[in-house]
Amino acid sequence: MSWEGAALLMAVVAPFATAVGIFALGEARERARSAVNLIGAAVTVVAVLACATAAWSAEPGRHAAVGIDLLDIGFGLKADMLGALFAVVAGVLWLITTVYATGYMSHASDRARFFGFFSICVGSAIGIALSKNLLTFFVFYETLTLATYPLVVHSGTPAALRGGRTYLMYALPAGGALAAGVVWLNLLAGPVEFAAGGSLDPALAASHPTALVVIFALLMLGLGVKAALFPVHGWLPAAMVAPAPVSSLLHAVAVVKAGVFGIARVVLEVYGPLGPELGVTQLLAALAGFTIIFGSVRALAQDDLKKRLAFSTVAQLSYITLGVALASPIAIAGGLAHLAHHAAMKITMFFTAGAVAEEVKAYRVSEFDGLGRRMPLTMAAFSLAALGIVGVPPVAGFASKWLLGVGAVDAGTWWVIAVLGVSSVLNAAYFFPIIHRAWFREPKAEWAGGPPTGQPEGDLRMVVPLVVTSLLGLAMGLMAGADLSPASWASAVAGWGLPW
Amino acid sequence: MVSQTDLYTLAGALLFVIGLYGIITRPHLLHKILALNISSAGVFFVLVGIARRVPGPTPDPLPHAMVLTGIVVTVSSTAFALALAKRIYTDTGVAVLDASDIEAEERTGG
Amino acid sequence: MGDWVTQQLPALLILVPFTAAPFAYLLGAGYDRQTALLSAALTQPLAAFLALTVVQEGPVRYAIGGWGGPLGIELAADGFSATMVLVTSVVGLLVTVYGLRYFGDLERYRFFWPLWLFLWGSLNALFLSADIFNLYVCLELVSMSAVALVGLTLRREALVAAMRYMLAAILGSLFYLLGVALFYGAFGSVDMATLRETVRPDVAGQAGLALMTAGLVLKTALFPLHFWLPPAHSNAASPVSAVLSALVVKGSFFILVRLWIDVAQPEAFPGASVVLGVLGSSAIVWGSVQALRQERLKMLVAYSTVAQIGYLFLLFPLASGGGQAASDAWVGGIFHAVSHALAKSAMFLAAGIVLARFGHDRLEGLGGLSRRAPVTAMAFGLAGVTMMGLPPSGGFIAKWQLIKASIGSGQWWWAVVVVAGGLLAAAYMFRVVGPFFAREAEDLDDSDLDPGPSPVTMDGAALALALGALVLGVAGQPLIDLIMVGAPALVAGVTP
Repeated sequence: MSWEGAALLMAVVAPFATAVGIFALGEARERARSAVNLIGAAVTVVAVLACATAAWSAEPGRHAAVGIDLLDIGFGLKADMLGALFAVVAGVLWLITTVYATGYMSHASDRARFFGFFSICVGSAIGIALSKNLLTFFVFYETLTLATYPLVVHSGTPAALRGGRTYLMYALPAGGALAAGVVWLNLLAGPVEFAAGGSLDPALAASHPTALVVIFALLMLGLGVKAALFPVHGWLPAAMVAPAPVSSLLHAVAVVKAGVFGIARVVLEVYGPLGPELGVTQLLAALAGFTIIFGSVRALAQDDLKKRLAFSTVAQLSYITLGVALASPIAIAGGLAHLAHHAAMKITMFFTAGAVAEEVKAYRVSEFDGLGRRMPLTMAAFSLAALGIVGVPPVAGFASKWLLGVGAVDAGTWWVIAVLGVSSVLNAAYFFPIIHRAWFREPKAEWAGGPPTGQPEGDLRMVVPLVVTSLLGLAMGLMAGADLSPASWASAVAGWGLPW
Repeated sequence: MVSQTDLYTLAGALLFVIGLYGIITRPHLLHKILALNISSAGVFFVLVGIARRVPGPTPDPLPHAMVLTGIVVTVSSTAFALALAKRIYTDTGVAVLDASDIEAEERTGG
Repeated sequence: MGDWVTQQLPALLILVPFTAAPFAYLLGAGYDRQTALLSAALTQPLAAFLALTVVQEGPVRYAIGGWGGPLGIELAADGFSATMVLVTSVVGLLVTVYGLRYFGDLERYRFFWPLWLFLWGSLNALFLSADIFNLYVCLELVSMSAVALVGLTLRREALVAAMRYMLAAILGSLFYLLGVALFYGAFGSVDMATLRETVRPDVAGQAGLALMTAGLVLKTALFPLHFWLPPAHSNAASPVSAVLSALVVKGSFFILVRLWIDVAQPEAFPGASVVLGVLGSSAIVWGSVQALRQERLKMLVAYSTVAQIGYLFLLFPLASGGGQAASDAWVGGIFHAVSHALAKSAMFLAAGIVLARFGHDRLEGLGGLSRRAPVTAMAFGLAGVTMMGLPPSGGFIAKWQLIKASIGSGQWWWAVVVVAGGLLAAAYMFRVVGPFFAREAEDLDDSDLDPGPSPVTMDGAALALALGALVLGVAGQPLIDLIMVGAPALVAGVTP
């Protein structure tokens, strides 16, 4: 096996093996478990970076791949640029989240179960990223659905169980729709591989237009739930009962972006030019545009910080969907860049929400008055990320919004500019009050003196990761034009991927 | 013209149906078991009749072998069913499947 | 030596458990468990060997004592037979290991071992039979040992359930035998290979097939003739429940498939296969809805069996048109039988651990199970993945194939049933699994009965079965290859 093949296998197997190790060690052996977890995450990072290298150096259309035969379709992994982008985001953030979670969960129970399923989720997300065809993608996608459930209900409270039920009531029917779409498409078009520029035979658009439209709808329904597209977004705010590391990595990055990533695969690498021809991508863009405004408006009304962040995520995910659905390479680049940009910024904010909740037991925006004094580093990181989401240069969000805007002009869809403008105003409207409260309102008496003397402002295992991710977000924006930045990477994907 | 085989087949089928009726309608376990045996007899009847399907004076031996096997199977399963019914009777005081059948049981005088 | 074993494989698979059974009885306490374990440890490799032989050399035929038909008894093993023998041996071995600890050396359970070995041998005989009369005898052997196993605990509910089961089983066998008689009268043979050439859809043929089908449907507990199954499967001792749900119902289903797909050509009996499909669909819906309403874990799992049996019957309408769709349906149906066998036995074994430890299996009292019995809960949850048909699991491959066959044969409505059935299964599975994670678990935490952690062999057997069902979902190709060896012409993938 070539080193690329080994890296591919390792990237997917390492998290699952980590999970097995964690389950086997059990609740009692905490140090060994943490060691296994960190080593597993580190190995995964190396492996996904190797995959990215393989993707970068491969000739277009000739990617390293491994697989086994099953059902005449086969399960297989491949290292291409689009997949590597998501895999690297998920892998690197997993390592950081592992450190954070060790701190956050230090007083929690059932940690073996928690970290075990967490690893399975990450492994599934990386599997989704590196899947070679739609069947493999689907298998990892459903594994992710199931492995997330124990994490959502982790605390075991009635509210958590309700949140878990809501999650399943969205996710499982979506899985059914996706399954039907995948089987149907495989029957119609043969094994559906992912290939830059679309893998469907253009002749199908003429012979089976209705079937293709229905299949597209089924696939979008299946993927749209995880991508939190309106009207199937409702599970995401309900899932905020989960512990902070879950909200941070899974509900801001791995799970939700698995849905968006799936949409990108289907739109760009399965349907390709057939999408605009059948008129389905235009509809998708309109839906995404609506979701952006809808999510932002709903976020305004939330006092619970995690809920506000969740609705913000609903809106921000649709930036990616929107970019992918616009028939312009520049917009696609913007959307895909946002996949990485939003990940770094939103994970910082969820990390903050968790750190603040643990340290000073503040959960609501209205409880944040003067928090900047008590937890300065934490709130600085939060503010930086918030500015990024709003789109203030030079933080990462600006770069993606800029590309999206230029792309919209390029595609001649002017309404997108209006959506972007309104959305930015709304983003500012729901984030600036938090920043204002934290820094400019009079703090509570016990916060006025800053962090307790001689002690850090919180568990360092939590503070350091969130500072790191916020700096990552800043760096992605500052160096958007650099060779290997997410924005350039995404442009390369879009440039190679769109011959039409 | 009804042949001898057809006659046996019809008679066997009739026996089978009579047994079937008993199994479904009679609540008492002993009645059910007896009804099963009537049905079995019906099936064996059909098989014995079928042995005449070959021309000539000697009947086909194979159905006879089947009937013999069938009888062995039926005898042993009847014995087992009876043991089970007795055990239920010892345990519950009645030999029925459903407690709600007891009333029906008394009505039919089982 | 190796050659001799290869030639005698079909006979050995029947002889080993049948020989061990009386020994297990005669040796009695102390040696019966060892005898069973020895027999299981011998039978499992033999079954694997048979599967390997069939894959490499094609279908096997064997005349007992060198006597061919019509008076001698012949055995035959194609891919389907070998698959069923193999899954029986895997489930059988793990149930045996589980049972060693579950039954311990309790005097009142000593009959488990001989009866179970008889059942195992009878199942192997059934799967390897080449003629429809011999199948009747095997059906009766299977039923009698299964009924006795249900009554094993001597609890009142179990005895009544056993009686009900027995009446249904004997009645089913009689229907079947009457059909055999009509077939023999009309076509002059009971050998399936011969019947394949001679069977005609005339009055006798149709009546015979209808009678056999009615009997087998009753024995397979297809809706609406499923009334006997839930009490029998839920009141039996858990290892027995596992074997009944996983294997015994598949025995009569096996004969149905043989008759409909192999011997008779479905298109010669128009409409009938659609009826079976409709009944199967009704079973999926009805069984799932009933499962949703149960208060006891084992009852829920038993109703889940009623539902899952329904999928098997979709094979008939989906395969009736031949071609690639029929081939997909063939693989899907049998794959479902196999993965259901593994997952359902895992569930019953897990339920048995719960019952043994906490003294009850009321759903409302199972909160927090994932803390008290993590491996048991994990085994149950993983088995649930197959039950829902989600990837990666054998159940997923099965449903994938069934959906593919539905769309491929233009009968998309069966695909709707398959998807809806999966969602219903998810609903009842999460009714069980959801509370495992609950924190307010007074019922379990306060339980005085709990004798401590689940025994490793019992947990291990349940987990191994559940994992086996998952592994089929990613590495099932060898099984698909096996299933296709010597497949009937209708489903062999050749367009007619």
